[in-house]
Amino acid sequence: MIHKYELNGYFIVLDVNSGAVHLVDRLIYELLDRLDENLSDNCPPDLLKEFSSRYSQKEILEAYEEIVALYRAGQLFSCDDYDKFANLMVESPVKAMCLHIAHDCNLRCQYCFAGTGEYMGHRQLMSFEVGKAAIDYLIHHSKNRHNLELDFFGGEPLMNFDVVKQVVEYARSQEKLHDKLFRFTITTNGVLLDDDKIDFINREMSNVVLSIDGRKEVNDRVRSRVDGRGCYESILPKFQKLVQARREGPFDQYYVRGTFTKYNKDFANDVLHLNDMGFDQISVEPVVADPSAPYALTEADLPEVFAEYERLAKIMVDRAGTDRDFNFFHFMLDLDQGPCAIKRLRGCGCGNEYVAVTPDGDVYPCHQFVGHEEWKMGNVFDLSIDPDRKKQFAHANVYGKEECRKCWAKFYCSGGCNANSMQYCGDILKPHKLSCEMEKKRLECAIMIQAAACDHK
Amino acid sequence: MKHVKTINTANLKESAVKGGCGECQASCQSACKTSCTVANQKCEHKGK
Ligand code: SF4
Ligand code: SF4
Ligand code: SF4
Repeated sequence: MIHKYELNGYFIVLDVNSGAVHLVDRLIYELLDRLDENLSDNCPPDLLKEFSSRYSQKEILEAYEEIVALYRAGQLFSCDDYDKFANLMVESPVKAMCLHIAHDCNLRCQYCFAGTGEYMGHRQLMSFEVGKAAIDYLIHHSKNRHNLELDFFGGEPLMNFDVVKQVVEYARSQEKLHDKLFRFTITTNGVLLDDDKIDFINREMSNVVLSIDGRKEVNDRVRSRVDGRGCYESILPKFQKLVQARREGPFDQYYVRGTFTKYNKDFANDVLHLNDMGFDQISVEPVVADPSAPYALTEADLPEVFAEYERLAKIMVDRAGTDRDFNFFHFMLDLDQGPCAIKRLRGCGCGNEYVAVTPDGDVYPCHQFVGHEEWKMGNVFDLSIDPDRKKQFAHANVYGKEECRKCWAKFYCSGGCNANSMQYCGDILKPHKLSCEMEKKRLECAIMIQAAACDHK
Repeated sequence: MKHVKTINTANLKESAVKGGCGECQASCQSACKTSCTVANQKCEHKGK
């Protein structure tokens, strides 16, 4: 399988199964329309005839030879022989946990998937007892895995920061005992950030996600306080301070992340605004919402969204290597040293390698399933984990999903979000089409940026 | 080659042979989350 497209003046060909990316000229690009896996060693006469009105015979034969050479090297029309790794797509130890430290929030963002922090339950903070039991649960179910991840999530985690600190301290005290390494991450809306918290976060959290949507008017329209006022003025300086201070600390990873909606389809301007405000690690992502919501993106918005992604990608190509260079999270792509194919095919790992824990200590496949009682799969106090659910999610990998198996983006997308599939298509194995379309566009842009970098060398 | 420039050397198939140890970060693909989209992650396999 190959995927070819033209973007920003480049003809790009991705050989799906090997992961090879080729920049080609127009002749090869057009020849590939006529060729497939059943390639003959010599250029078929009718092809030669068809192209000879526009290209010289020498050129056509030369181009055809290059195609055959790539094919022989396993870099074009390479076959799909991943079936033999199916035995690796089975249940695995739990290695990552999302700890819902606070089911409460001090903002009322319109698009919040967590129902402004309540998750269809009631406002509640996690106690240290639950947090501690969750750490024990993770250690127990991680078996021989060494690296463990713990994400403090909410609601708004800073509303329960004392417990965050206690849980971190407890987890650290267990590392040597069990030969584990904990990596903590936290997501915050910034309202309660102060010097103390900034200091703790920068010292202990290997990644921190700072929620802000971009320009003031964009942010404040949807990210408002309980009384309706926006939060931009309050959070921006705190985020700037955190990021500045982080440069001195042990961890460099952070990102400011925003959501774009139907209200700001010119979201590249929000990305650029965040860069102007001093951030260089930026993520702005499409809202996923019920199509009836006024801010929801729908199929009709796709052409505009695509054009905006392309505009952003071109700006990034222009800025590459200058002091106005920045990272846009969803265009980051390592074509040479990314994760192994197994990892890529396994998918997000929810309900298998990754679980979420509520303030009551209940275990769910991931944060997006929390509150949907029927998906509950265990509890941290009795160390239970539903083996059937785990198996079901282990099989929700790329090869377990009809659409994904055939999709050219499978090694980069990993089969999308099971929770979205559940919510919008009623089945964890049926991808949410709108998200797929945007994912594929982002990927085309990301590959183009790499191609441009290579072309400029 | 005159008509083609291949921009990477990696081969996904080779990565599969030694891969799958599971030591790397989890990779939530969702818009609401801290973790990564899969293709920009780092491999943490020991003997590599
Ligand atoms: S650490 Fe590397 S080899 Fe192991 S599963 Fe992750 S990407 Fe694959
Ligand atoms: S883009 Fe959609 S169909 Fe393709 S791999 Fe991702 S979820 Fe599956
Ligand atoms: S199901 Fe979706 S939200 Fe949950 S971990 Fe997977 S990608 Fe993330």
